[in-house]
Amino acid sequence: MINVRAPTTSSNPRVRLENVSRRQFLRSAAAVTAFAVAAEISGLEPALAYETGGAQMPHGTVNDPHVFVSIDSSGIVSITAHRSEMGTGIRTSLPMVVADELEADWSKVRIVQALADEPRYGNQDTDGSRSMRHFLQPMRQVGAAMRQMLESAAAKQWAVPLSEVQASNHEVLHRPTGRKLTYGELAKAAMDLPTPQLEALKFKPDNAFRYMGHGNVPIYDLFDITVGKAQYGYDVRLPGMTYAVIARPPVVGGKLRSFDAMEALKVPGVVKVLELKVSWAPPAAFSPLGGIAVVATNTWAAIKGREALKVDWEDGENGAYDSAAYRQQMAEAANKPGRVERTQGDFDKAFAGASKVVSAEYYVPHLAQASMEPLVATATIRNGECEVWAPLQYPFGAREAFAKLLELPIDKVKVNVTLLGGGFGRKCQSDFAQEAVLLSKALDGAPVKLAWTREDDLHHAFYHTVTYSRLDAGVDSSGKVIAWRHRSVAPTLFANFKPDPKREQAIELGLGLADVALDIPNVRVETGEAAAMTRIGWFRSVNNIPHAFAVQSFIGEIAEALGKDPKDVLLEIIGPPRKLELDKLGLTDPLWNYGDPYSTYPVDTGRLANVVNLAASRANWGRSLPKGSGLGIAAHRSFLSYVATVVEVGVDSQGKLAIPRVETAIDCGFAVNPERIRSQIEGAAVMGLSNFIGEISFKNGRAEQGNFDNYPVARIDNAPTNVRVHIVPNGSDVPAGGVGEPGVPPFLPALCNAIFAATGKRIRSLPAGDQLRV
Amino acid sequence: MSIEVTINKKSYTVDVPPETPLLWVLRDVIGLTGTKYGCGIAQCGACTVHVGSDAVRSCITAVSDVAKPITTIEGLDVDGNHPVQRAWREERVPQCGYCQAGQIMQAAALLDEIKNPSDQQICDAMVGNICRCGCYQRIQSAVRRASRGI
Repeated sequence: MINVRAPTTSSNPRVRLENVSRRQFLRSAAAVTAFAVAAEISGLEPALAYETGGAQMPHGTVNDPHVFVSIDSSGIVSITAHRSEMGTGIRTSLPMVVADELEADWSKVRIVQALADEPRYGNQDTDGSRSMRHFLQPMRQVGAAMRQMLESAAAKQWAVPLSEVQASNHEVLHRPTGRKLTYGELAKAAMDLPTPQLEALKFKPDNAFRYMGHGNVPIYDLFDITVGKAQYGYDVRLPGMTYAVIARPPVVGGKLRSFDAMEALKVPGVVKVLELKVSWAPPAAFSPLGGIAVVATNTWAAIKGREALKVDWEDGENGAYDSAAYRQQMAEAANKPGRVERTQGDFDKAFAGASKVVSAEYYVPHLAQASMEPLVATATIRNGECEVWAPLQYPFGAREAFAKLLELPIDKVKVNVTLLGGGFGRKCQSDFAQEAVLLSKALDGAPVKLAWTREDDLHHAFYHTVTYSRLDAGVDSSGKVIAWRHRSVAPTLFANFKPDPKREQAIELGLGLADVALDIPNVRVETGEAAAMTRIGWFRSVNNIPHAFAVQSFIGEIAEALGKDPKDVLLEIIGPPRKLELDKLGLTDPLWNYGDPYSTYPVDTGRLANVVNLAASRANWGRSLPKGSGLGIAAHRSFLSYVATVVEVGVDSQGKLAIPRVETAIDCGFAVNPERIRSQIEGAAVMGLSNFIGEISFKNGRAEQGNFDNYPVARIDNAPTNVRVHIVPNGSDVPAGGVGEPGVPPFLPALCNAIFAATGKRIRSLPAGDQLRV
Repeated sequence: MSIEVTINKKSYTVDVPPETPLLWVLRDVIGLTGTKYGCGIAQCGACTVHVGSDAVRSCITAVSDVAKPITTIEGLDVDGNHPVQRAWREERVPQCGYCQAGQIMQAAALLDEIKNPSDQQICDAMVGNICRCGCYQRIQSAVRRASRGI
């Protein structure tokens, strides 16, 4: 889930992070866990700023407490959550950071969801596992600034030196006299103070954290979720609202020839049928596909009305999209030289001189995000102003699109972000919400909810790309891998934004292809040509899934060919602890590095090897297992975090797969909310299994799967339910990495390596289908 | 056509075609949005409600076929403190939360029928409820925990 756009020049100088100081030592693990409620915070530390890519994102970061915090006279602290909640817990975790630095009592904190307003809040594009990475420091600054404003207000009221007062647990104490003022009593005076200078801020030491690093704060919406009161996009209701569904062209780029609405209009509850006219042409970004909208008094009537429509579509050139034929073309491209993306040493010479060679080809199909809440948006236009309620990962981009569609100034467009019933990248694209806006406009501004069915969701996704890989390795007589070539063929998601480049672009190469740590002297990474014949989009972990599947499966195959332990070979290929030197990788394009500075987030092989060893030791790697059982291992750096997974499988005599245990180690830098990190990693294993069994395939340009009956996802009976998560302890000086996505990529290859260990069967092509059947 | 239904101990008369699925009557006609749409073909369980004491998929249940009182997530417990709801919070099950109303209603019906289900019985009862975030591990723990609390 990565977005790319032109670099912004509008980053607010007020919020520029300065590299004030950089600690040269690593904090010990013990200090992180030394939780003390009454911790002295008189030993406040200076700002520990490290540089992130946050400032380079559109509208950068904002750290003004007046923007994010308000306190009322009863002491209730309202903290604004400006990122979208789709299940990662970020709507809780970032306000929790503020509350911690603010010395606020969490029971007196209320969370307010921000409108789409990046000039006010900074970047709100919730993707790329970036929220904590980019906003941990600004949110600490917000909390620290407000704490110091409360202390200043108290010192002023008591007419004492600032050095004699201290904020702690929702009140400010005058140390010499023991006098106290509550945050409620100080609220007005504190809120009226100007924001302190960044340089003047003091931050809590790690051992004084109440919430950060502890996982003791449940998600804010927990109670509401369990009683059915949490409000998702699908739950929005406006007075006088109608409900609509759209019949869209079944092939991307298809056009309407004609339609007949007579039968549809006879369906009870259907009030109107109209054409949603768009001029869809590539590169179309997130433009809606157009189609015929059926408007009704409830969702069911709209669905029945759509079933009664007669529509004739012109498919256009993507009508030729056929996954079986396309796979053949990709295989051909992977078997001839491609564009060189990385080259070290001389692969051809080393490979020709190798005493042993290993080659393999891998295939990962299209997948659909299939969040449990299908796409939905509600819109109305009143008195020249548009208001939208929708589950959006990128709400400000959506707001800009609505303003453009309606030719309204952006301040006449208001976008409310609901809870997202899952996102996984699909809700980055605002096509569905643009449909609602267009529809409301066609209905003279009347409020309308545009709902997608599950079939719509699977037929009109921005799909995970499809990837064909070929890998070749040469080994010398001592058993060391001396040559490595990885050819990757996949249509690019950048075909949405520019004339189709027909190969993976720099950002996609940075998703676990060009940036792989290989202690091998002769390396070549190439890409082959593949034109996009459907809309490719962001899918949790994106190209890291096929890249890690190929690389980590292939390492397992090399180990097999050499008769060595797969973990040992993995560690040999990762090599000794070092930070990869970019200028020695022979990269054609600069390394993207997830949009963050390499100096802050280098490829650190020591950290990668550490998670390998941690996961392996927790899994008792090397233990003997009964026949039909096996362990598999894989490790991958993505979204600037390091994850290794050991999967244990059992495959019975009928070929039925069981996953009794998964051990995953993650090093994501400072672990701000360990409890939500665990839940993300547990869920990543489940999604990893879904990626093993699911496929979206195309025939005559149409997605062949339409619901969970033919697009299977993991269920409680086959999903791993014994996932143990091991978080590498780090102090807050170790830059936070991503969490939402990095757990997914190593799961698939670890699983397939385990299946190989258990059965001797190597699964190189997904979905697994009946490959395990005996 | 006027159809009478009892939902969470309240009576409603709705005027919809008799084949209208209960799901859309609950959500769009009555405004009880705690019950979710996920697939429309009884594949995902997000729409699970109780009819009498049975867990049913409201997305394929015609409103005119409902002969017993209906309980939705909003009516499972007046304070939201049904043992299953408590267990869900104690185990911190939800991620996005969208499927959880259906999961909770399914689990509550299971425990109504079997006080102390085995892991296999939990699996059999919950297999029709999809969680795309992948909360199954905690769902299993929460059902076990709730079974100790009933």
